[in-house]
Amino acid sequence: MALIELSGIERSFRLGDTTVHALAGLDLRMDAGEYVAVMGPSGSGKSTLLNLLGLLDRPNAGSYRLEGRDVTTLSPDEQAAVRSTRIGFVFQSFHLVPRLTAAENIALPMTLAGIAPAERRRRVERALADFGLAQRAGHKPDELSGGQRQRVAIARATIMQPPLILADEPTGNLDRHTGDEVVHLLEELNARGVTLVVVTHDPTLGARARRQLVMEDGRLQHDSGDAAR
Amino acid sequence: MRLADTLRFARDAAAGTPLRTALSVLAMAIGVAAVVVLTALGDGARRYVVGQFSSLGTNLVIVLPGRTGTGGFNPATAITATPRDLTIDDAAALRRAPAVRRVAPLNAGTSEISYGGRLREVMVVGSTAEFVPIRNFELAQGEALPDDDWNRAAPVALIGAKIRDELFGSRPALGQLARVGDRRVRIVGVLKSTGQGLGMNTDELVVVPIALAQALFNSNTLFRVLVEAKSRDAIPQARDQALAILKQRHRGEEDVTVITQDAVLATFDKLLGALTLAVAGIAAISLAVAGILVMNVMLVAVTQRTAEIGLLKALGASGRTIRLAFLAEAAMLSALGALLGYLLGQAGAFALRQAFPVFPAVAPDWAVFAGLGTALATGLLFGVMPARRAARLDPVQALMKH
Ligand SMILES: Nc1ncnc2c1ncn2[C@@H]1O[C@H](COP(=O)(O)OP(=O)(O)OP(=O)(O)O)[C@@H](O)[C@H]1O
Ligand SMILES: [Mg+2]
Repeated sequence: MALIELSGIERSFRLGDTTVHALAGLDLRMDAGEYVAVMGPSGSGKSTLLNLLGLLDRPNAGSYRLEGRDVTTLSPDEQAAVRSTRIGFVFQSFHLVPRLTAAENIALPMTLAGIAPAERRRRVERALADFGLAQRAGHKPDELSGGQRQRVAIARATIMQPPLILADEPTGNLDRHTGDEVVHLLEELNARGVTLVVVTHDPTLGARARRQLVMEDGRLQHDSGDAAR
Repeated sequence: MRLADTLRFARDAAAGTPLRTALSVLAMAIGVAAVVVLTALGDGARRYVVGQFSSLGTNLVIVLPGRTGTGGFNPATAITATPRDLTIDDAAALRRAPAVRRVAPLNAGTSEISYGGRLREVMVVGSTAEFVPIRNFELAQGEALPDDDWNRAAPVALIGAKIRDELFGSRPALGQLARVGDRRVRIVGVLKSTGQGLGMNTDELVVVPIALAQALFNSNTLFRVLVEAKSRDAIPQARDQALAILKQRHRGEEDVTVITQDAVLATFDKLLGALTLAVAGIAAISLAVAGILVMNVMLVAVTQRTAEIGLLKALGASGRTIRLAFLAEAAMLSALGALLGYLLGQAGAFALRQAFPVFPAVAPDWAVFAGLGTALATGLLFGVMPARRAARLDPVQALMKH
């Protein structure tokens, strides 16, 4: 069964009297465990696609089935529940809560989901060790380096053990070395079976993925998966 | 989200923006403090006046010569009703009324008192032995005026504490002969000081028998008659009986005015109750202004934190979780503000009482509760309203607001 099934997805924005078609007639299918890179020029609709996949945004038309369930018709709170347990998001600009420590930021999805403190502590401790942050547990985001911040963000995205991780230019704000570290972390997650979708401008990074999508003007211009199929 | 986590999250959020938090707490505190201090002032004024009136004596009915009040100028009565004198015998007759406990006829004027070459102007009151208890005065030394025939002008006097000090210094005053006007009187008693008040100040008072005062001022009529009813409930009867007796004695003419202290008091009480309400209204407005201030601060907070709300939603928070977090934050801020305002207000009222000890500036309980209640309610309402709006945004819309 496909993890993700998009069909006839439209997403347009009105800017004054012009309408921008960020996504137009998009059909897409991803299986569980895939490693997909989304590439394409600026403004081609990559982030819009990822936001739709992450249920952060709604399409104007078309259907989105996640794990076989149509999620476009869910209520906002039902979508929140899906985001909470099924999807982890990694942003280019980290989006950590500045007043919370690294450990608290990592625990935030569990806190919001109402998981018991003891269980939270256990999982955060594991995550801190796994992502090499054991010495940084009590640090605020502004006391961390860019790479450390993104590692905290990835730890946060995985702490609810979702089957799908979406990363929008996760290395965009990092130098090559730390960017590579972050990519390795994400690839390790994929190796353990998590479906990984990464938006990137970096061709070498994109080439590491097993499947490349190239977008242009809101349409799929190339899908390496087609050739394999 | 668990309750403990919600509370901690709200606390950290409030502590994370100290200026904003301080501002809204301050706004709330000022609102509540204004309510407490203003109502303490208003209610203090009311109780001060009521207290002053009660200190004139209790259950009093006051008889004045002449007809005043109703009807305005009437040419018919203007010719016929030359007010008959209110005499000592009239006053004595009032003692027969069953609802009356005590009667004190009253005459007053200014005169001079001199002793040993020292002389000063004083207020002289002519009355009887019962004047002192009716007016709730007390004697510091000596004894009351003689309680015999009211028409006998016994040459005795009671003097106030200040007059004693000025005329006699540290020497004993009792038994000394002083001159009041053109009469020689023996000092038989000294009045205890009552302090400053609405009524007469006993410190500079000289009290002589009523007949002596009439001779002194060369007048036949009484200034007024103080009648004390047997109880509070007996006041209307005492009033009617006094009126009936005097009407009968004045050949059926009702040429006196009888007022009850109760009626005066009730009028003042109503008036001052209205004053307190007006003050409470002002306080309520200041509270509403504080509430709007809190709303604005929270509105700015939500705008500033829209990105954070978007993030929370992206991480799977439901609308309810976000609303609860902001509700908890608003509740903490307004509770803290209300508490601070309460303490500030009580401190203000305390300072007022210290500065003006005679003035009972205590905020009434209802005002304190209303103030605290309004503060909490407006704080919560205005804190939650913008949060509800923010919680409805799509996560991506919220996230993009930096
Ligand atoms: N909220 C919005 N309002 C209006 N237009 C928008 C909005 N979000 C995206 N767009 C438009 O939709 C198109 C696709 O935007 P999108 O952010 O998906 O591009 P992208 O491929 O991620 O670009 P980049 O590589 O620069 O991140 C662009 O033309 C953009 O201007
Ligand atoms: Mg983008």
